[in-house]
Amino acid sequence: MAALSSNRQRIDWPGIVFAMLLSTAIILPLVVVGTWAFTEIWRYPAVVPQQFGLRFWNQTLSRSDVWGALTLSLQLSTVVTLLSALICLPAAYAFARLNFPGRNILFFSFLAGHAFPKFGLLIAIAAIFLQLNLIGTFWGVVLIQLVGTLMFMIWIPVAAFQGVDRRMEEAARDAGAGPLRVFWSITLPQAGPTIVAALLLSFVGTFYETEGAWLIGAPGIRTMPVLMISFINNQMVIQYGAVLSVLLWVPSFIALMFARRVIGGSAFARGFGA
Amino acid sequence: MARLEITGVSKQFDTTTAVADFTLEVDNGELVCLLGPSGSGKSTLLRMVGGFERPTAGSIRIDGEEIIHLPPEKRPTGMVFQSHALWTHMNVFKNIAFGLRLHHAPRDEIRRRVEAVLELVGLTGYASRLTHQLSGGQQQRVALARSLVLEPKILLLDEPFASLDQHLRERLREDVRDIQQRLGITTLFVTHGQDEALAMADRIVVMRDGRVEQVGPPSEVYRAPATPFVAGFIGQMNLLEGIIDTQVFACPGLAARIPIADGPATLAVRPEALGLSPAQGQGMGIIHRAVDYGSHVMIDVELPDGHRVKSMMPESDAWTAGRPVDFNVGTILAYRDNVLIYRGAQVEEQSRPAGRRAVRSNA
Ligand SMILES: Nc1ncnc2c1ncn2[C@@H]1O[C@H](COP(=O)(O)OP(=O)(O)O)[C@@H](O)[C@H]1O
Ligand SMILES: [Mg+2]
Repeated sequence: MAALSSNRQRIDWPGIVFAMLLSTAIILPLVVVGTWAFTEIWRYPAVVPQQFGLRFWNQTLSRSDVWGALTLSLQLSTVVTLLSALICLPAAYAFARLNFPGRNILFFSFLAGHAFPKFGLLIAIAAIFLQLNLIGTFWGVVLIQLVGTLMFMIWIPVAAFQGVDRRMEEAARDAGAGPLRVFWSITLPQAGPTIVAALLLSFVGTFYETEGAWLIGAPGIRTMPVLMISFINNQMVIQYGAVLSVLLWVPSFIALMFARRVIGGSAFARGFGA
Repeated sequence: MARLEITGVSKQFDTTTAVADFTLEVDNGELVCLLGPSGSGKSTLLRMVGGFERPTAGSIRIDGEEIIHLPPEKRPTGMVFQSHALWTHMNVFKNIAFGLRLHHAPRDEIRRRVEAVLELVGLTGYASRLTHQLSGGQQQRVALARSLVLEPKILLLDEPFASLDQHLRERLREDVRDIQQRLGITTLFVTHGQDEALAMADRIVVMRDGRVEQVGPPSEVYRAPATPFVAGFIGQMNLLEGIIDTQVFACPGLAARIPIADGPATLAVRPEALGLSPAQGQGMGIIHRAVDYGSHVMIDVELPDGHRVKSMMPESDAWTAGRPVDFNVGTILAYRDNVLIYRGAQVEEQSRPAGRRAVRSNA
């Protein structure tokens, strides 16, 4: 007890330094990009832009391809996340709770996709998709993104289901609940916060994924990040890219807000094995 | 009104036999303790009654009705787990009301019954607490309330106090015993703590390796343990291997009169039945260590062959390490071939000279 209270009074310098370094590394680039998005003129060596304005916002937002890409990305992420949940959650439950032949091999194969260099795998998949006429289609991109989400939509929920105390489930059986009721009233709420974390990861991950989206989607399907890359590559106006970046923060920001509401901090950490 | 009959029940896990041919009848309103070391099959047996494990063989009946094929939710049993297993995403009220809601009880009735059971376990006013806002003892009370509110015919408790500290454990076991007697609920209670079993049980079943070692009321199990294993497990007991020759049991350092046929035997003496007195010669043993518990002193005495025995004596300056002492043996038990063959008190005059003789012959 004594050690604890004296600790509280002492200033934790290494902690403060670490926190400052971390915030600088994360926040500084965001500030720079955020400033660029609202800048009209900013010439070297000025520290602060000479002229602020919304000109580039007007220009960017008046483009139909930006709106198209944004809607497409949101649709894509939603569809992929829902499909992934539909496929992966029952599978995760089975992996966590049932003992069937080939369980370990199957579980490993779900994760194995991430053990190889991703681009090589994508090329191979693209070759198959080409034969199936899936290149350049919405569902082609959905499929490739689905592969990308398998990892955390299986792995994290398996951990979540395994983490649910079996005694809690047995206590519910004891109180008169059948297996389905136990799953609904005990297992799912217990694993819930962690599963929400996995869903968010899947949504945000799909939203920002570029390699697969570009390789499979081009030229017909252009998601936000793909569009941003083409902006940055084709036009030397920094502001376009900056405005799109700020736009791209929106979903992750919303996701974070949502995460904070749905899950307490401790539960969020638990999702990652803390 | 419920009677539990367990007949010839066995449980085999892959290679281990957790429970072997177990038979027990628990009468209406009786509290029976399953007592045994860890791994002796107590939990497995309890879980078979609750429906969480399926027996490999045998029959379990409640009021004459076979329940072995029923899933847990269909059995009239209520289980309290060691880990309390409260649902952490529900508050106390919802935890207790869960089972009542499953049975579609009306709202008013649910509220009334939850409040009544909370009062029963001494937690009036705790309904809206979250489970992590409760102490370990309170959590276990809620778990008990959660089972009791459904009015099970048989209450099953699996080491419910094992994770609590000594003080709390003693209070809770008195409360649980009170509640159990007030409700007259037939109860099977698992513990590996002999003091808990002695304090609570109407009858104790001592288990070892999935088998019954002895069944009996606490006093009987304590005073006349049927086997050396029970003798060693219940309370403290000195167990000494020796030979009976012309009605005298002798082992290095100690001898006692036992009017039984000659042959090898195991002598069992409780520390409180093994009195000490300062040696009147070289002594039968040497004090190795003495621990003062305030009300009494526990003295480890080393025998000539290196064995140590425990003696419990009133506080005195006489008990310091290194001193030679003589024994005054009180009530003893003797076993041969794992069976109790003799139980009786020693006459002091007889034990002492015999003891000396043994020491000398050994020296
Ligand atoms: N699910 C299980 N699978 C395999 N072996 C088990 C299982 N449950 C218990 N056992 C074994 O059965 C024996 C009895 O266990 P248990 O009933 O838990 O003992 P106790 O409750 O007396 O400590 C132990 O050897 C244990 O390892
Ligand atoms: Mg156990």
